[in-house]
Amino acid sequence: MRKKHDWLRETYQKSLEKMPERPVAHRTLSDIAPEPLYTPEDIGVLDPEYEEKRGYPGEYPYTRGVYGSMYRSKLWTMRMFAGFGTAEQTNERFKKLLKAGQTGLSVAFDLPTLMGYDSDHPLSKGEVGKCGVAVSSLADMEILFEGINLEEVTTSMTINSPANAIWAMYLAVAKKKGYDWKKLGGTIQNDILKEYIAQKEFIFPPEPSVKLVIDTFEWGPKNVPKWNFISVSGYHIREAGSTAVQELAWTLADGFAYVEAAIQRGLDVDEFAPRISFFFDVHNDFFEEIAKFRAARRIWAKEMRHRYGAKNPQSWMLRTHAQTAGVSLTAQQPLNNIARVAIQALAAVLGGTNSLHTDAYDEALALPTEESATIALRTQQIIAYETGVTHTIDPLAGSYYVEWLTDEMERQAMAIIEEIRRMGGVVRAIEEGYFLRELAEASYRYQQEVERKERIIVGVNAFTDEIPLKVPIQLVDPEVERVQAERLARVRRERDPKRVEEALAGLRRAAVEGQNTMPHFVECALAYCTLGEMMDVLREVYGTYQEPAYV
Amino acid sequence: MQGMDRRIRVLIAKPGLDGHDRGAKVVARALRDAGMEVIYTGLRQTPEMIVSAAIQEDVDAIGLSILSGAHMHYFREVKRLLDEAGASDILLFGGGIIPDEDVPKLKELGVAAVFGPGTSTQDIVDFLKQRVPERWRAQGFA
Repeated sequence: MRKKHDWLRETYQKSLEKMPERPVAHRTLSDIAPEPLYTPEDIGVLDPEYEEKRGYPGEYPYTRGVYGSMYRSKLWTMRMFAGFGTAEQTNERFKKLLKAGQTGLSVAFDLPTLMGYDSDHPLSKGEVGKCGVAVSSLADMEILFEGINLEEVTTSMTINSPANAIWAMYLAVAKKKGYDWKKLGGTIQNDILKEYIAQKEFIFPPEPSVKLVIDTFEWGPKNVPKWNFISVSGYHIREAGSTAVQELAWTLADGFAYVEAAIQRGLDVDEFAPRISFFFDVHNDFFEEIAKFRAARRIWAKEMRHRYGAKNPQSWMLRTHAQTAGVSLTAQQPLNNIARVAIQALAAVLGGTNSLHTDAYDEALALPTEESATIALRTQQIIAYETGVTHTIDPLAGSYYVEWLTDEMERQAMAIIEEIRRMGGVVRAIEEGYFLRELAEASYRYQQEVERKERIIVGVNAFTDEIPLKVPIQLVDPEVERVQAERLARVRRERDPKRVEEALAGLRRAAVEGQNTMPHFVECALAYCTLGEMMDVLREVYGTYQEPAYV
Repeated sequence: MQGMDRRIRVLIAKPGLDGHDRGAKVVARALRDAGMEVIYTGLRQTPEMIVSAAIQEDVDAIGLSILSGAHMHYFREVKRLLDEAGASDILLFGGGIIPDEDVPKLKELGVAAVFGPGTSTQDIVDFLKQRVPERWRAQGFA
């Protein structure tokens, strides 16, 4: 039986050598100094399943956290999702967020960009810059990161179907500015499977889409080794109405589907798996959310080790970003959302998240204002620096309820994962409409429970106010569309048409012949091909996808 | 009396590029459970597609669900096309992430009601059960 002092001497020490404890008082307000970790030994109880089920932080099965010293050494990354209007406006917001103490950037793109259309495409009308920043070519990307040191920040980009192209543009900016790709850190979401399940920002059919994802699995580790080329996302699944258990199960099933596709291409699991990252939602049911993170780490570790034969411990670690639940925010009494976000953020931290975005209280009304986004960031800082929850690792371990719920969520999630496997995998389940049906059921059931007041939502179906409270909101300048159209026209006029033509032809050839597309995307980006041009090439080769309308 | 037995027909539509369809589907199902005939368009509909489906299906009302911030553009377009097609009497309503400031502007365009987050589906049912028969009476049915 492994003892706590062995863990302290080995894993914890090793972790401190890489990253020492933060120079803040790890002491309570009464000056009690908690140890980095508590186990059954500390309260004199026996837990025969301790090693197998819970184990130690930084050790298999990682239930108690992926790193040895967790928040004692390094807080989670406070990464606030931002983007609206033009590249200039978002660049300005980024610089302000960095100045306010944010530690990583996270780019929200507008819908035309997410769907692979240029800002001046007819289908982009009315949508440019509305729910994120418009990026149609390298010219926009250059402005977006103007004055930001790409070797110092890490950048997360929420982009899926056009992920290869957008990542290529970012890398092209880095290249032109002389930054070393080997030093770049960040994440592209690049999780296409959950688009068919929940968020619906797909362009091509599932099969070629997964091929594009696996291109990044193959190319990424060799060229941009510190980059997370995928963030397997449960967030959107949950926001689309799933339960926490479904979110857990479907997200991990998606993750396993990519692992299988990459292995099928002949890639070595231990080469790509360490750079797979995750992204979960964090909703109101406090303990269920905490248990979800702990169960997710355990399932991933077990399956990666035993089912997929990964030998590198880094392949077993589920590193995750979290975001508070946009869907839980209410338009009524919007300031109450500050409390909801704080509780959800606390759950993510107690669940051991590695990165966190906190929603702003006004997001059920519009994009956040600068003030509301700052309050959301401050909420994380209060949890990190004032509450003391970072003194000791995984402080809720050993709670009868939390441990039982962690086991129960693992059991239920595994049953769903097995069900999907029996159906023939995630892609088959998508084609059969399984996820659409399940989501429609779960979200309708929830809505009915709310309407029958079996579930109470403060300010919505109980404790309502007569007079609505007005809060200031962020509006997007309608000029964005014109500014973008002008910039695109200039890009098309000034670039080298021959290089553009050759780059697009190279991309087409790679797509037709089934070669890795990434080097061609980079060349297209450097040639100032527009996003729409690149995606049009692939639309021609791969075709587009329509989902069945199911209610 | 015949109007009392007639079933309300509603088109629930997702205009534009926005893929957030949870609300649209919940509303569609609630209206169906309330005895209405509901046609759901699916995602990524242009205003032209929506108006032509509404006319073809002879609906009493169109509900647009928009969470992307592009609501002004899509409501304006759908309304304009309805007017052009001589179908101004089709009741237009909607929901999604729509700031309070924009609601009066939408009403001015001729949008009959805007249902924000947290609306009870019963409110939408009540609204249609009140307003659609008014439309029938104006047409001389009931």
